[in-house]
Amino acid sequence: MGVDFLYPEFEVVRNASRCTNCRLCERQCANEVHSFDAESGVMLADDSKCVNCQRCVAFCPTRALKIVESDCKFRSNANWSDQTIREIYKQANSGGVLLSSMGNPNRLPVYWDRILVNASQVTNPSIDPLREPMETRVFLGKKPARIKRDAQGRLDVRLEPQIELAVPIMFSAMSYGSISYNAHESLARAATELGIMYNTGEGGLHEDFYKYGPNTVVQVASGRFGVHERFLLAGAAIEIKMGQGAKPGIGGHLPGAKIVGDVSRTRMIPEGTDAISPAPHHDIYSIEDLRQLIFSLKEATEYQKPIIVKVAAVHNIAAIASGIARAGADVIAIDGFRGGTGAAPTRIRDNVGIPVELALAAVDRRLRDEGIRNNVSLVVGGSIRSAADVVKAIALGADACYVATAALVALGCRLCRTCQSGKCNWGIATQRPELVKRLDPELGSRRLVNLVSAWRHELMEMMGGMGINSVEALRGNRLMLRGVGMTEKELQILGIAHAGE
Amino acid sequence: MTVIDVSGLDHKTINESLRRADGECALLHCCGQRFIAAGMSDKKITIEGIPGNALGAYLNGASIVVNSNAQDQTGDTMNEGVIVIHGDVGDAAGYAMRGGRIFVRGNAGYRAGIHMKAYGAKSPAVVIGGRAGSFLGEYQAGGVIVVLGLGSDGQALVGDFPCTGMHGGKLYLRTDRLTVPFPNQVTARPASEEDLDELRKLLAEYCDQFGLVLDEVMNAPFTVVTPDSQNPYRRMYVAN
Amino acid sequence: MEREGQIRIPAGCAIAALVSRDGSKTSGEAITNAMKPMRDRSNGLGGGFAAYGIYPEYKDFYALHLFFDSRDVRKGCEAFLKERFEIVQSEIIPTRKIPEITDEPIIWRYFVAPLQSQLKSAQLDGDEFVSRAVMKINAQMDGAYVFSSGKNMGAFKAVGFPEDVSRFYRLEEYQAYQWTAHGRYPTNTPGWWGGAHPFGLLDYTVVHNGEISSYDANRRFIEMFGYKCTLQTDTEVITYIMDYLLRVQRLTLTETANVIAAPFWSAIEQLSDAEERARLRYLRAVFPSLLITGPFSIVLGFNGGLMALNDRLKLRSMVVGEKDDKVFVASEEAAIRAMEENVENVWSPAGGEPVVVRVKEGAF
Repeated sequence: MGVDFLYPEFEVVRNASRCTNCRLCERQCANEVHSFDAESGVMLADDSKCVNCQRCVAFCPTRALKIVESDCKFRSNANWSDQTIREIYKQANSGGVLLSSMGNPNRLPVYWDRILVNASQVTNPSIDPLREPMETRVFLGKKPARIKRDAQGRLDVRLEPQIELAVPIMFSAMSYGSISYNAHESLARAATELGIMYNTGEGGLHEDFYKYGPNTVVQVASGRFGVHERFLLAGAAIEIKMGQGAKPGIGGHLPGAKIVGDVSRTRMIPEGTDAISPAPHHDIYSIEDLRQLIFSLKEATEYQKPIIVKVAAVHNIAAIASGIARAGADVIAIDGFRGGTGAAPTRIRDNVGIPVELALAAVDRRLRDEGIRNNVSLVVGGSIRSAADVVKAIALGADACYVATAALVALGCRLCRTCQSGKCNWGIATQRPELVKRLDPELGSRRLVNLVSAWRHELMEMMGGMGINSVEALRGNRLMLRGVGMTEKELQILGIAHAGE
Repeated sequence: MTVIDVSGLDHKTINESLRRADGECALLHCCGQRFIAAGMSDKKITIEGIPGNALGAYLNGASIVVNSNAQDQTGDTMNEGVIVIHGDVGDAAGYAMRGGRIFVRGNAGYRAGIHMKAYGAKSPAVVIGGRAGSFLGEYQAGGVIVVLGLGSDGQALVGDFPCTGMHGGKLYLRTDRLTVPFPNQVTARPASEEDLDELRKLLAEYCDQFGLVLDEVMNAPFTVVTPDSQNPYRRMYVAN
Repeated sequence: MEREGQIRIPAGCAIAALVSRDGSKTSGEAITNAMKPMRDRSNGLGGGFAAYGIYPEYKDFYALHLFFDSRDVRKGCEAFLKERFEIVQSEIIPTRKIPEITDEPIIWRYFVAPLQSQLKSAQLDGDEFVSRAVMKINAQMDGAYVFSSGKNMGAFKAVGFPEDVSRFYRLEEYQAYQWTAHGRYPTNTPGWWGGAHPFGLLDYTVVHNGEISSYDANRRFIEMFGYKCTLQTDTEVITYIMDYLLRVQRLTLTETANVIAAPFWSAIEQLSDAEERARLRYLRAVFPSLLITGPFSIVLGFNGGLMALNDRLKLRSMVVGEKDDKVFVASEEAAIRAMEENVENVWSPAGGEPVVVRVKEGAF
């Protein structure tokens, strides 16, 4: 209390006439917001603990609960927002670096929303995707510059290793540790059923999930947790994580409290010890060193696995991507500044990096200018929210999209942005067994399959509307896009015309 | 024993030959070829000449003897096995290694043993016969690093900023004179009997490799550096 | 497509150098061999060499090496030179047609002395006069580019792998007491020879590995003093910083190293020698905008020696070795062994610790 007292951000509103004191809300809330006062016989709520994850709201059998944003704010000030003032109190009190979760929530341009998609009218026919063939399969990886023939003139049909996707969507990296066993199992099972990939993140691969290997991308990050020969060979591809859109330029730090049981075993570090991922890979301080890591992985896996290099979208992304392509990567994954995270310093999350739309457009153009676009595939992520975003990304030049936040939302995530607490009531960003078991992998995987299948249908509908019956013909087809409400410069970077042109 | 003259051969060809060979191999006239023995588990390899960067990356049980100096990132993310270097080793030796041994007769460059970790029965060790460069054992999370300073002629055993971010494992220095400051979150103290017993076992292996006399190597004061906490940054953040 | 100078193109690299303390000369063969085992550090989009002591017959004249896009540009540039310099010799730089090196520009060299009348009216010394002329050509004359401008030395560079660049320029036919070499790994296709390294001004040449993070702070500071960073590369700005600190400010090599790779404040504070502490504090306080951060290993070549230097965190590898009168520097020991199998006293200098090698006075 006193100078550091902050009025709770959220208020729990309980409709007394509906509440039956069943205490389900109390049992559902790991933040211990709800309690039953036996003396007065009513349910109480400690608003200060509420993170607005809406678990209680969703489970209240009588719909007696709602969570509202508090209107007790500081005096309004266009320069000193309520949030800014609160942050100063927190720091003056603790001396701590502000820590947040999930993607940048600030009011910055979302270019997807300013791009509109074309459709056929008169001059060529649109296609009905429900009754005509409509293809969404893609191969990610290096394509040869020249075809080869043997002495008999037959084509040499061997390819560098490729990633085959039934839909141009993959679940992006979320480590076991930052999310739960059941969340991972949901992703792995869904990826297998969908014929796409999920990604281990940097926390190693749980023994139980090796069986999903053909639909797994294994990740090597600077901490090298759980990285060993068998792990490298387990998946369909290896991803080198150089950066993450939510926190470009900094490392990771999974607190010791989350390194328990299987997480510890999978990361191969002792229980309770912090898992610190250095900011750089300490064997990569220059572009030619990246080549070294790519080829050390290729050597260790006898050239059987495509190598993805994942980077955050930053200012010089086009030159960086060109360097990555020339370093021998098979796939470049670009993560935009709206990408999610289990924990990131607020200042980094909200101020570092650039929108993925602009990064993608710049990279695709640069690689084409240099004539090396076919040497490498492009995957983009960092807040792909719907099938429409996927369509626009592919038309801008992406081969496929990485999706993570949307997948978590499908699993129940309410984007309350407190993953760092480890008390996720939805059983996703937590390691507490009683919370993890709330997420049923059977149900979770079905919901993910539903989501991606629905997106696939939408993708096909939109392609059909454009008269395109294979996703290959959409890739880089920027004439299918028009911008609205953008400056000349923005349109130029995106390489698209304004609506009406 | 398979003998391969590797002059003019690239890393892919060398590793393919190594995989085909069974048991013992000798590589002659090596000059900078990278990734030798990457991920290999069942070979015994001797190298004449200078192997390139990332020697024995992801090594999984193979043993490598280098009869001269080795370059950077030796034993990168190594899991098991032994790398013996009769000369000096470059920067970032043993980066993120989880198991096995790296024995260096001479000096090590910057960032030796960076982010070494241990788990269960796996506990890696890097023993440096001479001196080590700056940032020794940065983010060390487990395992043992030993710097012996043999023939160091009174020069500092370690460079600047040793043990920054250390949160596990042990560093042994064969001296009782610390010439550079260590960070606040670690403690340096004279080695106890228990420490010396552990060290003796490790150094017995080391001395065996290089024909050194164990008692002579042990006959000096040793300092042990250990982290105070497995969670050095716990108090750095505030939820927002 | 935009080329070097229109946009900033970060690059990684391999470097090597070889110098004889006695001033005894060797052909370009050894330094070329050094680059072969480091092939993975370049990507074929830039290679080059600097050689010292190669023009003894013209040792008092500035040797200008130029690329021209066309004959017309050459004619125009020659007219510019004639207004300012006495040209004692002009010739095509001999090259060898090889399939690995294509699209070469017109490559000429001129041995020149500034006209006395011009020096007087401009009130400049010869070095400053040449330096300004070089800036002018490179910044203003489209299609002409001076890539070497020192006395009794020369840079040779091209788009290609360094070993091919050496064959192209017939470097085995030159005799130098000091060689430096560079293999480049740019993050694009420059297709332009001026973007290769070494980069030079007067007899200072720099070969560099790494991408510095202080680039624009350094550039915006150094451009106050008449330098024009037309290429937007790290090597260019480092060369100008060197020229400014060594030639204009007359700092020593060690002092220059203490500015650009300054010791950490914590290291300075630990020094027991109060005078040394004060000296280092002074240098950091006076030249804060010339501190270079981020990874670099460089070899600065000049008439009579070289300085090798790593960034203060030593984020790039660099190895030094010796044999008899020779000193070798390279990104990897393998490169040194390729020059001299029996090299002795191989060591890796610490971050920020300059290695200065000087050729015996009178021997160059």
